[in-house]
Amino acid sequence: MAIVEEAPPTGERTPQSPEAKRLTSPLVLTMLLLLMVLLQSPIRRALSAPVMQSWTTVFVAVVVQALPFLVLGVLLSAAIAVYVPPSFFARALPSRPALAVPVAGMAGAVLPGCECASVPVAGALVRRGVTPAAALAFLLSAPAINPIVLTATAVAFPRNPEMVLARFVASLVAACTMGWLWQRLGRTDWLRLPAHAPHEGETRGAAFWDSVRHDVMHAGGFLVVGAMAAATLKAVAPQSWLRTAADNPALAVLTLAVLAVVLSICSEADAFVAASLTQFSLTARLAFLVVGPMIDLKLFAMQAGTFGRGFALRFAPATFALAIASAVLTGWVLL
Amino acid sequence: MLFLLGAALLHAGATDLYLRYVKAGLRPLLLAAGAVLIVTALATAWYERRRAGGGHGEGHAHPEPRVSWLLILPLLALILVAPPALGSYSATRTGTALQEPLAYPSLSAADPLPLSVVDYAGRAVYDHGRTLAGRTVRLTGFVALDHDGTPYLVRMALNCCAADAQPVKVGLTGHIPPVLQPDTWLAVTGGYTPRTVRDPVNGGPIPFLEVTDARPVPTPRDPYDESWNN
Repeated sequence: MAIVEEAPPTGERTPQSPEAKRLTSPLVLTMLLLLMVLLQSPIRRALSAPVMQSWTTVFVAVVVQALPFLVLGVLLSAAIAVYVPPSFFARALPSRPALAVPVAGMAGAVLPGCECASVPVAGALVRRGVTPAAALAFLLSAPAINPIVLTATAVAFPRNPEMVLARFVASLVAACTMGWLWQRLGRTDWLRLPAHAPHEGETRGAAFWDSVRHDVMHAGGFLVVGAMAAATLKAVAPQSWLRTAADNPALAVLTLAVLAVVLSICSEADAFVAASLTQFSLTARLAFLVVGPMIDLKLFAMQAGTFGRGFALRFAPATFALAIASAVLTGWVLL
Repeated sequence: MLFLLGAALLHAGATDLYLRYVKAGLRPLLLAAGAVLIVTALATAWYERRRAGGGHGEGHAHPEPRVSWLLILPLLALILVAPPALGSYSATRTGTALQEPLAYPSLSAADPLPLSVVDYAGRAVYDHGRTLAGRTVRLTGFVALDHDGTPYLVRMALNCCAADAQPVKVGLTGHIPPVLQPDTWLAVTGGYTPRTVRDPVNGGPIPFLEVTDARPVPTPRDPYDESWNN
């Protein structure tokens, strides 16, 4: 009964350009998704071991928790890149870089959010002609000294309100020192910002959404790398060795600093974790709070993606050492 | 791809799935981020079409960096596997995170009295059970077995996301069901007992509960205890 009328082949399907021969990304994506749906049950079985299960949970949790902040930062950075003229920053920041660093560091206080938001914003600032030293000070201070994080710290340490002040001072000092250090020693060829397509000739809307898409895909990919590393360590490393480290003051500071790097906890939540590490001294816990927002596994991956690997390899160890030094000094004076 | 990621976030935010990974307060942010991602995907598609329609036909200027393919992993994990909330495996490997409560608000007169695991443990350890004397309480949590077989009732306390979740443990003694499967959720009724032990992982205090009755219950809507962050 059904008369099927064969549609004559239309010209649309015939490949006209060499591009059609390449595997396009939507095609690969569709194939991959189909494959995964078909292989669903073996994958589930492989993931049902307790280690794998807690790994996946932590992994998904880190990504899900960080994505909203990443999107916020990306929107902000796209807005900076497209709608704010470079001359604005030239007027807003002192022209002498040595002065611009502390100003940018203090400006970090107004970006309320997690560290994931500050990486794309700092990238956009550099691209917009802000001195790298100032942008880096902003990158380091923003996640640690904004009002939300300081409030969380006050709530987590109800008996030690001086922790809030100590965290603010130590983070700001470390961020500014890092900025000045970059100004003295840093070389611009270490910074390798991925080339952005020139936005001229496009409408502002197109440029804005293009920038959002590119940054989410790019920084998001590196976020996934960092989340995988953090989840692996959380699921595999035993916690019992922390006990032995707590007794030696110097070792305690170092241990908690390393732990902050490894755990990659969101800066809004790390104060609660620090509060629960009761066997450690206050100074050691301050080091945990200062190091964590400045450098951790997922941040390292994202910095390597945004500023280039050569930059991240030099920047991360320096930040780590400076953050510890600043925390110990502040802890010695204030706590 | 962005569209799928946004849709997955929206799905997790619109259902209770997100409670397995992050705190309840992040829900509006999750929904907003999902919406932004979808708008981005649509905007990209729209501009792409206009560009193609304009006759330039030069394709897209810069393709996605290769690293962004990794974004597919959390997407698959979220859609296909939807990993469960942290359970007994993490609980036995992490020390109890019990901290001294700021105050001990007076308890309601209900009998048995529903209490959170964190609240009970705090009162039992740091108030030496003064507010609990003579009361029958009911706690809800999941079962975790120590390597020597001691059963604990555990609730993970969460501040931001599952990466910072820490367990608070209460030991079970008295009329315990003969067979306890780790990760089953129980509603346990019982009374205060002064016995405490040190957690073998971090030396934190673990109070005990003299159990009179234990019933399996379904997993609660929010598997974590979020009382710390409000």
